[in-house]
Formats: sequence, C-alpha cells, structure tokens
Amino acid sequence: MIIKQLSVFLENKTGRLTELTGILAENDINISAFSIADTADYGILRMIVGRPELAAQILKNKGFTVKITDVVGMIIPHRPGGLHKALQIISDNNVAIDYMYAFASGESKATVVIRAESLHKIIDVLQDHKMELLKEGDVYQV
Amino acid sequence: MIWNEHYECMEREELLKLQGKRVKEMVKRVYDTVPFYRKKLQEQGIEPNDIKGIDDLSKLPFTTKQDLRDNYPFGLFAVPQPDIVRFHASSGTTGKPTVVGYTHNDIQMWSEVVARSLTMAGVTKADIIQVAYGYGLFTGGLGLHYGAEKVGASVIPISGGNTKKQLQLMEDFGSTVIACTPSYAAYIGESLVEEKIDRRKIKLKAGVFGAEPWTPEMRTQIEQVLDIKAYDIYGLTEIIGPGVSMECQFQHGMHIFEDHFIPEIINPDTGEVLPYGELGELVFTPATKEAMPLIRYRTRDLTRLHAEKCECGRTLVRMEKCVGRSDDMLIIRGVNVFPSQVESVLLEMSETKPHYLIVVDRENNLDTMEIQVEVEEEFFSDEVKELEGLRQRIKANIVSTLGISAIIRLVEPGTIERSMGKAKRVVDKRNL
Repeated sequence: MIIKQLSVFLENKTGRLTELTGILAENDINISAFSIADTADYGILRMIVGRPELAAQILKNKGFTVKITDVVGMIIPHRPGGLHKALQIISDNNVAIDYMYAFASGESKATVVIRAESLHKIIDVLQDHKMELLKEGDVYQV
Repeated sequence: MIWNEHYECMEREELLKLQGKRVKEMVKRVYDTVPFYRKKLQEQGIEPNDIKGIDDLSKLPFTTKQDLRDNYPFGLFAVPQPDIVRFHASSGTTGKPTVVGYTHNDIQMWSEVVARSLTMAGVTKADIIQVAYGYGLFTGGLGLHYGAEKVGASVIPISGGNTKKQLQLMEDFGSTVIACTPSYAAYIGESLVEEKIDRRKIKLKAGVFGAEPWTPEMRTQIEQVLDIKAYDIYGLTEIIGPGVSMECQFQHGMHIFEDHFIPEIINPDTGEVLPYGELGELVFTPATKEAMPLIRYRTRDLTRLHAEKCECGRTLVRMEKCVGRSDDMLIIRGVNVFPSQVESVLLEMSETKPHYLIVVDRENNLDTMEIQVEVEEEFFSDEVKELEGLRQRIKANIVSTLGISAIIRLVEPGTIERSMGKAKRVVDKRNL
C-alpha cells in the first residue's frame, strides 16, 4: 500500500526544472503526478514516476539531491464532497498530514497522494472505512 | 623523527645567540645592498653597528606588504639579478603581485626547512608523496617538491586539479602522503566517496595541508573521510613559501624554524613587542635569506607563540593556528568577521558540508551577509518545515558565534565551486 515518491531539492534557478524533466524524458521515465513546494530560495519537487529507484539513481548521477519518500495514494470519487469525506475520516482519527497533492484520473476517479506522520496508521484508518488505496503494482502508471 | 636535530633541538640560549649573529649580518648586508633599507635605517638614525644581538631586533623598522608593492618588482632584492635562480609571486587580489626571488642557497635552505617539515609528518625516503599543490608562480607545488626530494621520498608532481587523475594515481602508484590545500583535500575526499573507490586500495596515511586558513573541525572531517592524519604546514611567499613552520606529531601548534625565520608577536596598533603567550600580529625576519631578506615583515596573521619545550624534543617555538589573516577579515556592520568562524559553525553541524560561500553586499547603506550552504544529501528532507528548521538552526548558530545575523541560503550539494587551490570563500560586492 505504500508507494515510492521521488523528492528532489531544487534551487530556484532558471532552467533547473527543465534540466530534470529533460533527463527523465531521455531515460523514458514517465511522470504520473507531481507537485512543487516552493520557498524563496529553493523548491522541493515531489513526483510519482515509473521505475522510481532507477529514476532516483539517474538523477543522483546527474548531481541532483534526491530522496525516495514513502507516501500513500488514496482513490476518491471525482465528484463534489469526495475529498471532504476522505479528509473527515482522517481527521476524526487524529492522523496528522504533512503534505498532499491530487490529480484526477479519468472521469470518475481522483487520486490523492498523502505523506503523513504515520503511514501505517493512515492506511489502517482508510481501509477500515473501505476507502480505495492505490497498490504499488498499478501505481507507477496511474 | 627529527630531520636536523642540531638546529631543531638547540638550547634556546644558543639559538638566541645564533639569531643575534644572523640578524646583525643581515642588517649590514641590506644596508649595503638595498637602497630602500639604507634610507629607512638612516631616517631612523640606525647604523648597522647599533645591532649587536637579538635584543636589538625591536629597534628596527617594520617592512609591510605595501613596501613590497612600492618596490615592485625587484626593488628589495639584495643580490644582482644574475644570482637569482628562481622567481615566485603571490597573486595579490588587489594591484600588482608580490614578487620574490631566490638564490641557489635560498633554494637549498627552503628545501631544508620543507624536509624538516615533512619529517615531522613522518615522511621518509620510503614514502610516495603526491604533491597536489599548484606548480608555478605559487610557492606551494615547487616548495613541497624540493623538500620531498631532499628527504628522498618519491615525488608525484601532479599539481592541483584533475581530481579523477589524482585518485587514479593515488590508487595505482600507492601514494602514502598527499600535500595540497585543505579545501582541495576535502574535495578529493568527497570525490573518493563519490567514485566509490575502496579505501583499502588506497595507501594514504598522512596529509600535509596549508596555504589557507582551516579550522580544527575541517581537520577532523578530512581525517575521517580520507582516513589519514592531517598536518598543518604554514608559510608565506614573502618569507619563503611553505615550511616557515610545521606541526610535529603532537600537534601543539606549529614549530617555527627559528634559526632561519625569527618570529615576534606585536601589538598590531602600536607595534610594541608582546611576550610569549599573548595574541598579536606575527612578524618575521628571515635572516638567512640572500635574495630578499626582509626586516621585521608584518604578516598580518594573528596568533600566539609558545616557547616551552615540546614533547617531541624540539626547542623551537610553536605558533598557534592563526586566528585569521587580517586581510581575510570582513567588517560587516562594524563587526569583525572571519570566514573561519563561519566554517566552524557549519562543521559543528552534521547536516551541512564544509563548502560555503559568503556574499557580502550593501543595500540602502546597510551591509548584508548571505551565507550559501550546501545541504548534506543524507539530511535532505522533502518537508519544507524540516529544511526551514535547519536554516533557522544555522542562522541561530551564526548569530551566537559571529554576533551578527546572516541570510542563510540552502543550495544544492556540489553547486558551490570546488577549488583546486586556495578556496574562494568570500564575494564582497561592496565598493569599499
């Protein structure tokens, strides 16, 4: 149930992100989802890619600071109130979320990537409430 | 091991007599051959015969870096040009370079003091020494080279830079000793890890590092990553180059080769000579130098001298690691800041690397200091709050050590320019 996310430290320099996407493109690595947390000086790029270990190694070899982080992918209905219901369950069970980002996949479903203090707890809570979770097998080609 | 027991372990009384004799001869020599000194001594009403012993040294005027610039290029030479066998020069960030000359005997003397230095680091003829200081006008490369040959070690004159080749020869030739700047040593260590070279294939046991200020924390880091004992060698072009002083295995400061380079500590403001143990500016009189003997040259290095006999048996005075060269000192919003203080703060924190750049600027008549710091890869967190926490911790440690605040900028590892020679730690954009 735990998914591997790639986190990259990026200085705020023109072209740095383009350099990274270029490397992934050259190596035929698909990006399924990403988000950027930005501060004045740097950003942290978080992304779900196909073959995360390989992608991390390639980027490291090219001088990027990369880390593989465990996250959970939660699948919710793509309609009003879908996210709210899921978050209600999480907060009712006192699970603290560090960050999250989402993307809609197709007409009916959306996927929310979550990094939480305790991933195991969040998985238990969501499964108890019959919420659908992304499995490692299908995740990297969302 | 001691290279020259006669001079290195001489009774101090005997040494002072020798120094007195050498100063006396030198003053007479420069009075006769260097118009600059003759004029300066005459102005002060000093005749060569007034100098009878070492106690009279303090009567003599100082020589400053400005005097060297004013007499560029050969004005302070005490021998005619045909007697010069080599030139060296220090870059000099402002204005003209500082030029020094050496006679055949000067080169012999320099080789001798470097041989003494290398012996302190345990170097013998059985060693293979990789000289990764720059060869050329800079004194580092050739200075170490001649000293190492005098010891009889096998020298690899690879010079600075080309780090892959450094590592390859280190492995293939089995280098046991490396000599370079400490910042380059740190970089070589980093590259060794990056290239995934098995440390067991490297025979390195000691490093002789100098030519730029470095902190005890940097020493620990280099010793760990290269798995060697790191020795501090001190010198400056104006006096001879590397080999003015060097640490023995006990590392209680650097032994000054006082039979050639007579040290004094002065109050930098008044010029008054201070007793052993007090902090002040280091002054040298290289009394045996033929080509360019200087009278009481002010190094602008701040340190202390200690004269108690060392456990190693040497009687030569020991100088502490310099607090800083007054040239390196930045005055930011009226506060004196040495780059070495910033380095200490960063190295005490495990999350940062010893690679940093201080950028000083002036905005609306107010000095600003930005410190760019590389984040250690293993401490990279993908959470903003963690990285911001790290930044705040660095900021707090800087304020408590320096007394002024700085803007801390976290940058990607490997992006601060690595130096193959002397590291560039400061960019001052102010037009002072």
